[in-house]
Amino acid sequence: MTRTMSVTALSRITWRAPALTAVLCLASLTVAAQGTDGTRVSALSTLVVWIPFILKGFLLNLIMSILAMAIATVAGVILGFMQISPSVILRVPAKLFTQLFRNSPWLVILFAIMLLLPFQVTLPGGDKILIPDWVKATVGFALPVMANIAEILRGAVLSIPSGQWESAESLAFSRRQTLRYIILPQCIRRMLPPWMNWYALLMLMTPMAAILGVNEALGNTQAAMEAAGSHPEFLIPFYLFLMTIFFVFIYPISIYTRRLERRFSAGS
Amino acid sequence: MLDLFAPFFQRLYETTGVNFTPFYDPYDWGRLLEGMWVSVKLILAVIAVSMVIGVVGAGAQTSKLRIVRFLVAAYIEIFRNTPPIVQLLFFYFGLGAITPRVDMGGWYEPIIGSFGWAVIALGIFGGSYNVEIFRSGVDAVPETTKEAADALGFSDFKIFAYITLPLAFRFSLPALTNNVISLAKTSSLAYVIAVPEITYTLSNIWSDSVNVPEMMVLLFLYYIVLVAVIAWLMGWLERKLALPGYGQ
Repeated sequence: MTRTMSVTALSRITWRAPALTAVLCLASLTVAAQGTDGTRVSALSTLVVWIPFILKGFLLNLIMSILAMAIATVAGVILGFMQISPSVILRVPAKLFTQLFRNSPWLVILFAIMLLLPFQVTLPGGDKILIPDWVKATVGFALPVMANIAEILRGAVLSIPSGQWESAESLAFSRRQTLRYIILPQCIRRMLPPWMNWYALLMLMTPMAAILGVNEALGNTQAAMEAAGSHPEFLIPFYLFLMTIFFVFIYPISIYTRRLERRFSAGS
Repeated sequence: MLDLFAPFFQRLYETTGVNFTPFYDPYDWGRLLEGMWVSVKLILAVIAVSMVIGVVGAGAQTSKLRIVRFLVAAYIEIFRNTPPIVQLLFFYFGLGAITPRVDMGGWYEPIIGSFGWAVIALGIFGGSYNVEIFRSGVDAVPETTKEAADALGFSDFKIFAYITLPLAFRFSLPALTNNVISLAKTSSLAYVIAVPEITYTLSNIWSDSVNVPEMMVLLFLYYIVLVAVIAWLMGWLERKLALPGYGQ
């Protein structure tokens, strides 16, 4: 009974908050539109003209976030396994690497990748390939997420009771077999909610690429405002619109993540 | 102090080309110190604002008025699910454009500068996490403890002030540590509105002296030391406040 009640309470909050956001956005936009002078009216119509351009930038945010998440997951899992490896040569560097990227700000890592990575690579054949900025930014976003996924994997493996390792050993499973058939299947369940949280966080960080000149949603918004004549009254509706598109994309993900967390914690 | 190691770094530059300008050039040295100072000030201010918002928000979430609870929930969801960098730009440029300006004797300056807006924006962003952290801390206080206090004749307010709050604070410390560390790292975002904190200062130095790798090393080192210090301080606080029989 209490469980169903809490679920309904959650879903009530769940659908009212975005409704309120939409109302707030509309209200502020209409307030902006109802200004006394004519320029205010044009702020809203200018935004409408530039919406496709901003959404095109948002598409790049999506691509960057998905690619970065893929890189981060693969690299993070490898790094996580290195951290729990019995060999010191693998474990210690992996720990240092993880701590370096976990404890540095996203912006600093992004700067490091953008400024220190070469802008072109020479293939063995002698051909030169330019690396686009957004690809470098993707790598920059992947690194901190990678370190955190490694940490999540390590934590998940450690959270499995040691009795399971011992019983697997008594059944003559090798270390590799124990990990593969006993430990990991249980870890994936525990790792899914934090993994999704990190995707949401990664997506929220992608607009930072605009600082380094990538034409994603934020860069395009700023370019649109400039192209439309940089009136100060553009700022609020444009940035509000930008926040709204991110909210509309991220909010369902965070609701779903919370539901998963709830279900998994109830199950175990 | 600079005199102590300036000759070494000067020679390092002349012999190897490794150019740590802040360690031999007095001007860059000043910029580095100033950047670190502004960064620490910013982080402390942001943490203070976010803690106040967290406590007030957690209190408001227990309100009997549904509209208050709903507003707090909406605040949390909005600030957690939109990019912090856009929030910062929205506050600084969007709201900064409509705040009044004061006459500084010849020129006009906005009432809230970039530092002030960074504190407000990042504080509100961090606060949206703290509300939940403090709320779950309050929820974790066992009902029986409160009932025992009630039986001993404590009033509702005294139960909250002397029983619930001290325990809730201890329960929320580990999560709070994580959020404080993440806020300290997020403070580098203030770069986008030109707050002269460490990231901004060092980026100025590397564009002047073209020594990106060296300054990058310094920047990484600064944040790693900062995070280690915060983690140590919070760990110390946790041990200091630990109550026998609770947790661990």
